[in-house]
Amino acid sequence: MDNQIEFKNVAFSYDNEQGKRDIIKDFNLSIKRGSFTVILGHNGSGKSTVAKLMNGLYKPTNSDGTVLVDGIDTKDEKNEIEIRRKVGLVFQNPDNQLVASIVEEDVAFGPENLGFAPEKTRERVDEALKAVDMYEFRKSTPHHLSGGQKQRVAIAGIIAMKPECLILDEPTAMLDPKGRAEVIRIIEKLNRENGITVVLITHFMEEAQSADRVVLLSAGEIIRDGTPKEIFSDIKTLKAVGLDVPQTTELLYELKENGIDINTDAISVEETAALISAALHLEEK
Amino acid sequence: MLKDITFGQYYEGKSLIHRMDPRAKIVLLIIDMVFLFLTKNIYSLIVPAVQIFLILAVSKVPAKMFLKNIKTILPIIIFTTIINLFYGSGGTVLLSFWHFTVTTAGVWRSVYMASRIILLILISSVLTYTTTPNDITDAIESLLSFLKIFGLKTAVHMLAMMMTIALRFIPTLVEETEKIMSAQKARGADLEKGKLFERIKALIPILIPLLISSVRRAYELAEAMECRCYNGGVGRVRMKQLKYSLVDLYAAIINTAFCGGVILLNILL
Repeated sequence: MDNQIEFKNVAFSYDNEQGKRDIIKDFNLSIKRGSFTVILGHNGSGKSTVAKLMNGLYKPTNSDGTVLVDGIDTKDEKNEIEIRRKVGLVFQNPDNQLVASIVEEDVAFGPENLGFAPEKTRERVDEALKAVDMYEFRKSTPHHLSGGQKQRVAIAGIIAMKPECLILDEPTAMLDPKGRAEVIRIIEKLNRENGITVVLITHFMEEAQSADRVVLLSAGEIIRDGTPKEIFSDIKTLKAVGLDVPQTTELLYELKENGIDINTDAISVEETAALISAALHLEEK
Repeated sequence: MLKDITFGQYYEGKSLIHRMDPRAKIVLLIIDMVFLFLTKNIYSLIVPAVQIFLILAVSKVPAKMFLKNIKTILPIIIFTTIINLFYGSGGTVLLSFWHFTVTTAGVWRSVYMASRIILLILISSVLTYTTTPNDITDAIESLLSFLKIFGLKTAVHMLAMMMTIALRFIPTLVEETEKIMSAQKARGADLEKGKLFERIKALIPILIPLLISSVRRAYELAEAMECRCYNGGVGRVRMKQLKYSLVDLYAAIINTAFCGGVILLNILL
């Protein structure tokens, strides 16, 4: 079983006064164990729905659609706790995820619910806080922390349950650039060092740089699926779905459009600089 | 002020009173309050007065913090003092005008009443100064857990969870209220001027957005709690377990001695 999460023909729709509204339809996706996947999509692309389907918070609304977590069907109520232990979900607004007014007590909330002995919970809490570099703030209170710090506490609250997979639904959308960098660094570290499968849902393309795989979502459908380089070089599609293209990619794209022979698959600033200087040397010759 | 409710009035320290178990503090506080009201006259009031001032000294909380608390209820103290001046019967008449007479008994009575209120405020401030609101919440949950024999286990858990969440969200909501107020002011809302009724009406554009955002927050929090395997507190084991120590035992013994003193003086005098 190599797949951590598997979507099979999943549909999800809301029923309201205006009638039925499909959010996603015929959705198929598998997430490999230990991988770092970024799901990119604009507002209303259905990306939050996909996140909530992954840990059974939402269930497929069609009868033949299934979401499997480690081969376990999320539709079955009795698997609920097991699935939530395996798949942790972190939301956008850190303020609305923290339950207790002392950092370490908040991180303890998950393990406490699982009924662990106090010593074991203590151990998990310390471990989780160290993993997100927030151990020194354990006695602090959330509203004295910055947005990035609060979001790291929220992540600690999830990893204290030792999930195999961490889903983050726009974890950086409400943060300043510094907070965003902190959170992304922690997420990358958890994936690399702790081997946690990460699914990062975002509309910031910059955050997809170090991913193994990028899935581009628009109007509830997967329109592209590939490595960051493959996706990033397809600027037309990215712009068509309303995403902000990173400045570096945009620059390379504009250069190419204006007749300069240049590769457009660079992601980082350094790579871009190298490509431009190479192209300039070529021109000189 | 409200923003710092997490630590409430908590004054950090390591005194014996700080180190007591919050449950012991609450129980002893209730007993002491009862005994404060059991005192029959100003003489038997001396016992709890000595006890309370001893506790204040041991707690090592600066005196000016207690004075601050007394100051806030000063109007009530003055009011009780004046009313009680006219209620005494017996003793020599000190002053007499129209229908009112002030006697020496009345003076003693109002001194007694006022000191009782002051002592009551002092002893209850010791609890809030030496215990964090979180500890008080945990203690209440633990103290009420006897209710589970009446099948109220989930009710007790719910009450404690509600208090925890309230403590957590009050600063967030205060911040939000400030933001909404600024936003409405920027749109020309006038919150400071006008008659009382107009000012109440001006609050509506603040309360409605606050209410809506609170409901949304509640919904998101509920989902986040579900993601962390919360299922209504069934099988939940707290990380922080309250433990009684020797300090609590000594406190209980000393407390009982003082209570005995009150009874003794009530009988003798």
